[in-house]
Amino acid sequence: MKFITIDKKDWAKGIDKSRRTYQLFGPVKDENGCKIKELDTGLVPDMDYHESVMSAKSVLFPQSETLLTASLNESVEDHHIMKRAENAYTPRAVLGIRPYDAKAILLVKMNFDTKDYRDPYWCDAYEATTLVGLGITRPGPFDFSTSVGCGPFCEDGLDILMADLDDHYLAKVLTPKGEAYAVACGFDAAADDKESQALFDILRKEAEKNIASSVETDKLKEKVLLDLHEAPFWDEVAFSCINCGTCTYVCPTCWCFDIQDETKQKESSRFRNWDTCMSPLFTRHATGHNPRGVKVQRVRQRFMHKLKYFLDKYDQGIMCVGCGRCVKSCPVNIDIREVCQTMNTYEKKD
Amino acid sequence: MDTCIKKIRALAADLLDKGEVERVIGFAKGTIPMATSPIAIGSKQEIEKLVFNSTCGLNLANFATKQKGKIAIIAKGCDSRNIVTHIVENQIKRDQIYIIGVPCNGMVDKFKIAALFKDEITQFEEAGDTLTVSSVSQTQTLSKQDVLRENCRLCTHRNPVLYDVLAAELVEEQVLENPFPDVDRIEALDSDAKWEHFENLTKNCIRCYACKNACPLCYCPTCFVDEAGPQWVGKGQNKTDVDTFHFLRAFHCAGRCTDCGACVEACPMGINVRDFTRKLNKDALELFGWEAGLDLTKRPPLDAYSPQDPNDFIK
Repeated sequence: MKFITIDKKDWAKGIDKSRRTYQLFGPVKDENGCKIKELDTGLVPDMDYHESVMSAKSVLFPQSETLLTASLNESVEDHHIMKRAENAYTPRAVLGIRPYDAKAILLVKMNFDTKDYRDPYWCDAYEATTLVGLGITRPGPFDFSTSVGCGPFCEDGLDILMADLDDHYLAKVLTPKGEAYAVACGFDAAADDKESQALFDILRKEAEKNIASSVETDKLKEKVLLDLHEAPFWDEVAFSCINCGTCTYVCPTCWCFDIQDETKQKESSRFRNWDTCMSPLFTRHATGHNPRGVKVQRVRQRFMHKLKYFLDKYDQGIMCVGCGRCVKSCPVNIDIREVCQTMNTYEKKD
Repeated sequence: MDTCIKKIRALAADLLDKGEVERVIGFAKGTIPMATSPIAIGSKQEIEKLVFNSTCGLNLANFATKQKGKIAIIAKGCDSRNIVTHIVENQIKRDQIYIIGVPCNGMVDKFKIAALFKDEITQFEEAGDTLTVSSVSQTQTLSKQDVLRENCRLCTHRNPVLYDVLAAELVEEQVLENPFPDVDRIEALDSDAKWEHFENLTKNCIRCYACKNACPLCYCPTCFVDEAGPQWVGKGQNKTDVDTFHFLRAFHCAGRCTDCGACVEACPMGINVRDFTRKLNKDALELFGWEAGLDLTKRPPLDAYSPQDPNDFIK
């Protein structure tokens, strides 16, 4: 572990230098708010953004991603044989990622990189990616990250964690990947480790104090799964839901996808798209039967997956990092904090 | 408008008390500033949950269908027009719905307000036309008129067109010299610039379908975007597919859209989805003298045949 200081005057120059070996991603603001996007040459990340509508999950898990391709041209060797798409997994760095988004990547990893299954697309992208985080000094009103095992200066999943100190960044290099990135930028002004850590601790405590929002999850584990599943409150939770995909798409930990085939002239491709458990099509069988055919079943699924199934399966907390994006973006203001509270305190009546 | 909530609660309590309706559909206070949530109240004890303010921007007609028994519903001008549309299109029967009409002074544009602040909004209060909005670092006093949603600014049906009871005095309707200045601006562009305008509009669309799902007109059992056998439209982020969704959705609303703004209200990306439907509304008015949802006895123009049709080709 070591700390370095980066003068803000050198920041743009440094990251520009890293472009020789890294493809860069970062927060970009336009008329539709802030998204984490690829930073084309000349584009610097908007480090002052206070929220991004979309999380950083798209860097490893794009909304649409080609998996396999095949040529239908019969004069070509191997025609009609699907082969892995030639996606480049050259080094990439995500700049200014918020700690909760990095933590979310670790939760997503539990799904894409298991003992039994390894999603090569996600894992290869993960291997190639360096996450350069920026601690949150002024948490927003929707941030409840500290109560779900994350926080404004959480280091989980990050390769570098930076703190904004007006005219410079103080950066804590956490992994060899982070070290390599700092070298690629030419950032090498060492700072005193002990003093810097003390400063980080103060900043973290200050920021955590400013988080006013929280959830209680302590009793979820002991709840009987079917009791929660059959609980009477779901109709009320689901009434206002319009079954759009907003909550799942803005969520940094939602990982579900749908696979599609498309053919254009003599080229065929198989790709995946983000899918949402809110959509009836998500579970509709080829027979026409739909095990989650009505809205309340779909709404229940989302919360049960995040707050109960995931917890029961991995015993690593809930599948939520407390970024608050779904709370803010839900068109009908369904609030996961309230649902979590309802589930956590639910007692089955005999 | 801020005082009408007492009247709304009293009316709703009375209806539930007398057993005249099973449930009252209205708005509940949100858990975050500038948010409200559609709610169905089934008992008098829950009546305090009902609120009404300038952030009730969704259209409750969207929640009125497929309900058991008779319901009461809080209806702004636009909600009432969509209830009329629902009745005309056989989505709900007139005698199944009790309409508590709320004359409306317009809803606020949350994106417009958010853009006035450097950080996130933590508090929102309104008293008449005065809004007091705070973020962590600052408080601003705003005039509601300055931050109205565009569709409310151009609304000429603020009073409910169909109701059983009113929760407040009728308000004066706006008389506009030009109800479609936004459409005129786009019409004035050359075709390349027009295309660019619409391409730009959808560039950040995430296809969450909040716009169509918030729209009371979108009640098809299976939307064309969800048709799977055969599939009608590509499901990826290919621009052509994204645009196809928006264009087709808009055309399906032609002559039926009440410009309630629920699509814009729901969009998490702040896309002005109305840009797709407004020209069709203008055409409906100019070509058919038609505004949707004003008359229980008339079907929408694209849904009706008349031997008196002025166009020769159709006869």
